Amino acid sequence: MATTTMTMAKALNEGLRRAMEKDPKVLLMGEDIGKLGGVFRITDGLQKDFGQDRVIDTPLAESAIVGTAVGLAIRGYRTVCEMQFDGFVFPAFDQIVSQVAKLHKRSDGVYTMGLVIRLPFQGGIGAIEHHSESPEAYFAHTPGLRVVSCATPHDAYWMIQQAIESDDPIIFCEPKSRYWEKGEVDLGHSPHGLYDAVVRREGSDVTVVGYGSSVKTMLRAAEAAQDEGVSLEVIDLRGIAPIDFPTLVASLEKTGRLVVVQEAPRSTSVGSEIVAELTERCFYSLRAPGVRVAGYHVPYPPARIEEDYRPSVDRVLDAVDRVMGYES
Amino acid sequence: MIDEELVQLLTPEGERVAHPDYACTLSGEQILSMYRDMVIVRRLCNESTSLQRQGQLALWAPIQGQEGAQIGAGRALAPMDFTFPTYREHGIAWCRGVPPENLLRLFRAVSNGGWDPQKYRHHLPTIVLGNQVLNAVGYAMGIQRDGADEAVLTFFGDGASSQGDVLESFVWASSFNAPIVFFCQNNQFGISTPSSTQSKVPLFRRARGFGFPGVRVDGNDMLACYEVTKAALENARAGGGPTMIEAYTYRMGAHTTSDDPTRYRVDAEVEVWKHRDPIERIKSLLVREYQTKPAAFEAIHEEAEAFALKLRDDVLAMGRPDPLSMFDHAYAEPHPLIDEGRRQMGELLAQGSAH
Repeated sequence: MATTTMTMAKALNEGLRRAMEKDPKVLLMGEDIGKLGGVFRITDGLQKDFGQDRVIDTPLAESAIVGTAVGLAIRGYRTVCEMQFDGFVFPAFDQIVSQVAKLHKRSDGVYTMGLVIRLPFQGGIGAIEHHSESPEAYFAHTPGLRVVSCATPHDAYWMIQQAIESDDPIIFCEPKSRYWEKGEVDLGHSPHGLYDAVVRREGSDVTVVGYGSSVKTMLRAAEAAQDEGVSLEVIDLRGIAPIDFPTLVASLEKTGRLVVVQEAPRSTSVGSEIVAELTERCFYSLRAPGVRVAGYHVPYPPARIEEDYRPSVDRVLDAVDRVMGYES
Repeated sequence: MIDEELVQLLTPEGERVAHPDYACTLSGEQILSMYRDMVIVRRLCNESTSLQRQGQLALWAPIQGQEGAQIGAGRALAPMDFTFPTYREHGIAWCRGVPPENLLRLFRAVSNGGWDPQKYRHHLPTIVLGNQVLNAVGYAMGIQRDGADEAVLTFFGDGASSQGDVLESFVWASSFNAPIVFFCQNNQFGISTPSSTQSKVPLFRRARGFGFPGVRVDGNDMLACYEVTKAALENARAGGGPTMIEAYTYRMGAHTTSDDPTRYRVDAEVEVWKHRDPIERIKSLLVREYQTKPAAFEAIHEEAEAFALKLRDDVLAMGRPDPLSMFDHAYAEPHPLIDEGRRQMGELLAQGSAH
């Protein structure tokens, strides 16, 4: 099949469509996902084509969206739950950590919790409060869950299908600020597993790791750094839980320097885990301590000042300078 | 307990009363069989309390006083129906055929589940209040999509009736017309909190506000619990949507073996409820109307004693699980942290640092 150009939003839509065509047990549930097509139009047209029994407009209750998806999973269905925004997932947090994450274990493997919770996350769209958060670490910390994030339309198309096919529950983080950016999608094939970290740009001086919206920021930083003679290796993490450490280790053993980029607050975060684990695994290869470029330890700020909060190209380059500065 | 809205088919003295909406359809033989269920489940409960006191169980949640509600509801189920319990539905588990020793695996702290829930069509105990009610609604939505002639029976108490998950369940079941019956055992207390703190109106009246019928049944009247549940399940299977049943009962024992009910309720109240005992009530009926002979009761009593002895043996035979089993089924698919944990612990165990 041919390669085609589309937005991430359209790629997700096409991925969902293909998953529903392949497996009649795949359902979609969420608020306003039917006639409206979701507030971001990710499910546009799917209710019309698959009917109200498979694309379900729900009452406005997030705990119930996930809680009923658990019961549907017990009955053999694979439900893709849409959380309208990152900040609205918390009413469902109890069901996610108490039931979704634990029922495969508690049933000694009898139940398959093959459900996907789609989470438009991160900021950068000028939204009001509760619409720009990065809660991935809460879920990455929970045994029984898996967490992934797509950064390109191609990955969006394939990763959503892989997530739906998985027999484990997956928190699927979508960088909402990238929904409308176009990219090439190979509809015939994807070379990557769902949790594979992917080197987006090869380099030799500093390994820069991030996910979701940060991937584009890191690539811009790499362009700027090249002008200054510094070569960045940019890695799109994709799998947040579990993390593809072998790919990160291979890069860090080459560069010896690590910068991690994320919108989430720095403390006790995914970036913290990456730095800690890589310090343990690559200690004798390191030329500098790993540095995290992250959100500050404040509630997500009003959108008029959000760009001072989110990792920028300049902040990534400052971190690159810091790790390069350790060279004697 | 004079309440004209309360469905009752048998008085506390064991006398039948007629009800305009519900007739007793059970034969004497069936009633005797369900009496046996109640006696065995109570014996199971007493033995489990003893086992806990002797340090053989981590905890036990007694059921005394609620046997009529549970055996009545449990025997009203069709084989293909699915049930979603709390941690106190020992009578329902018994009716579903869950091996009693499996029921105790959770309380013996050798498992966080205990049985194959698909095999017995009985979900695992849910300890987080109200979670299972939403899961039950989802299962019922699956039944609808499969076009199956099945229904879901889910349980919660007066305490959990305040949980958002339970109230969201009412909204969803109503909006989707799900084939589900909500069975609320109002046993008067959420640990120490009286049901009057949970609701200023009788709980069954909440259903009306959500758009489906609510029925209050005498929870110590097994016959009434059976008929009301059976009718509600039939209605659900026929596409009539949800029903909420409030089984008005009383927790004769403690919340769990960690509880001390003397701190929050008076003996006189407990004494009143003793006279409404669900088992004695059926026994009176059997003697009075079916001329059941003392030998029949004696045989059941002996069976229950033998049952308890075997249960005790089965529980004591449950050893400590293999520590490495904690890594089994944490995920369905391979996971590097599971592999790493299993390897690390395996090395420690091989070095002899077992606990």
